[in-house]
Amino acid sequence: MADNIINVHEVHKTFVSEDKQSLWDRFRGRTHEARRVEVLKGVNLQVTQSETVVILGSSGSGKSTLLRCINKLETIDSGRIYVHGHLVGYREQNGELVAERASITAKKRTDVGMVFQHFNLFLNKTALGNVMAPLRDVKKMSAADARTKAVHHLEMVGLGDKLDNYPTKLSGGQKQRVAIARALAMEPAVMLFDEPTSALDPELVGEVLAVIKRIAEEGTTMVIVTHEMQFAREIATRIVVMDQGLIVEEGPPEIIFTNPQHDKTRALLSRSQTSPN
Amino acid sequence: MEFITDTLAVFPALFGAVPIVLQLAAGAMLLALVLGLLTALARISQSKVLRAVAVFFVEVIRGTPLLVQLVYIFFVLPSIGIAIDPVPAGILGLGINYAAYLSEVFRSAILSVEAGQTEAALSLGYTPTKALWRVVIPQSFVVSLGPIGNYFIAMVKDTALTSVIAVTEILKTANILNSQTFQTTEIYTAAAILYLMLSLPLARIVVLMERKARSRG
Ligand SMILES: Nc1ncnc2c1ncn2[C@@H]1O[C@H](COP(=O)(O)OP(=O)(O)O)[C@@H](O)[C@H]1O
Ligand SMILES: [Mg+2]
Repeated sequence: MADNIINVHEVHKTFVSEDKQSLWDRFRGRTHEARRVEVLKGVNLQVTQSETVVILGSSGSGKSTLLRCINKLETIDSGRIYVHGHLVGYREQNGELVAERASITAKKRTDVGMVFQHFNLFLNKTALGNVMAPLRDVKKMSAADARTKAVHHLEMVGLGDKLDNYPTKLSGGQKQRVAIARALAMEPAVMLFDEPTSALDPELVGEVLAVIKRIAEEGTTMVIVTHEMQFAREIATRIVVMDQGLIVEEGPPEIIFTNPQHDKTRALLSRSQTSPN
Repeated sequence: MEFITDTLAVFPALFGAVPIVLQLAAGAMLLALVLGLLTALARISQSKVLRAVAVFFVEVIRGTPLLVQLVYIFFVLPSIGIAIDPVPAGILGLGINYAAYLSEVFRSAILSVEAGQTEAALSLGYTPTKALWRVVIPQSFVVSLGPIGNYFIAMVKDTALTSVIAVTEILKTANILNSQTFQTTEIYTAAAILYLMLSLPLARIVVLMERKARSRG
């Protein structure tokens, strides 16, 4: 489909953690044990223009891995992921995925903004410096233009008075809003949020969710992983439920929240209703 | 009283050696910074060969005395047709030696920048190389400032070792004076004080630089 911004097709991903092999084992010719965890077991997901897709699922179900695969922070074993109709990190050769040049991947990644659980701000730069850096280094904007744009985006997330603060002088909520401004200033076609409020003190969650909500209302295409059920229900145009590496249920929030079909979905919803927040 | 005036009288002759010491230390430090960074990058690179070469280099250099390395460069290399003048040989020996130690400083500093920042940079469209140079290395440099400064002070003192390869630095100059006047106590006391006069202000500068770098983050 042409208006698919993200198209995840039958994606499999297995993590292989190599146990350190001792010199003695190698000497004896002993083959070493590699632990294999299949994290994505054939995931399919389409995201179209202006959708807000919220992914729910218990910890370890593969949500982060799926987001990270979309902009090739992780490799995939099989299947295809298209962003704007293009593979990211690969080209196809005789039906096989072949790694593409890093510079090409980098260019494609500017289409996908990502916000991480732990903010990942550049610690040696101020709030302004964080937002300006990729505009200068990647978009090659002039210092003056980058500054104007960065200030604009920081004002949009309510941080116009914190431009010159280093990350150590910002609260968690402020750091996450800088990270959101930094990603948005690159004008990506889609924004990925991986548990953007999970590392925040409860009283700081609201300010970040409010910013994300406003961005969604402006029509930005988004995929959000979150455990904030109330927020998910308000903001999502579609809810996707993951369990053990598979999407087990998806649909509009009013249906998922009122008439969940899958046991896992029911479990997730009941747990959130009994918990204090 | 006479000891003090005699000791003071030695200084003018020793001062003449200070420019050579600074030239040695500055040249060798520059070499050590560049070679040390390259070695650190080789050690964390994807290539097995590069990693092996870097580990071999670091272990060989750290496993042999600096004095032996200087002697090797100055007295052994000529036998295979590589003759190097004393000062360049001193810069080369000191630079290579300190590069091995600095590479460890750089390597741990690079690894100390959380992977999350690199991932953020990649997700913003930086290439891996650009993320390394624009995001990771500037921060690891700040972390390394203190250790680099301390190694520089150590290097200023280690320039004394180049006296054995005919560099007329402070110690060599003192040796020459001693063979002429036999005022052994005065001459070497003056030499020791001169090294202190060089290293104490440097130590102060390092502390100030570290404090400044820390106050930013
Ligand atoms: N780099 C990795 N190496 C090995 N296993 C990993 C790695 N990253 C994630 N995993 C495993 O993959 C599974 C899914 O992880 P993740 O995608 O982070 O889940 P979620 O975000 O839904 O909590 C977990 O069992 C986790 O331990
Ligand atoms: Mg996760």
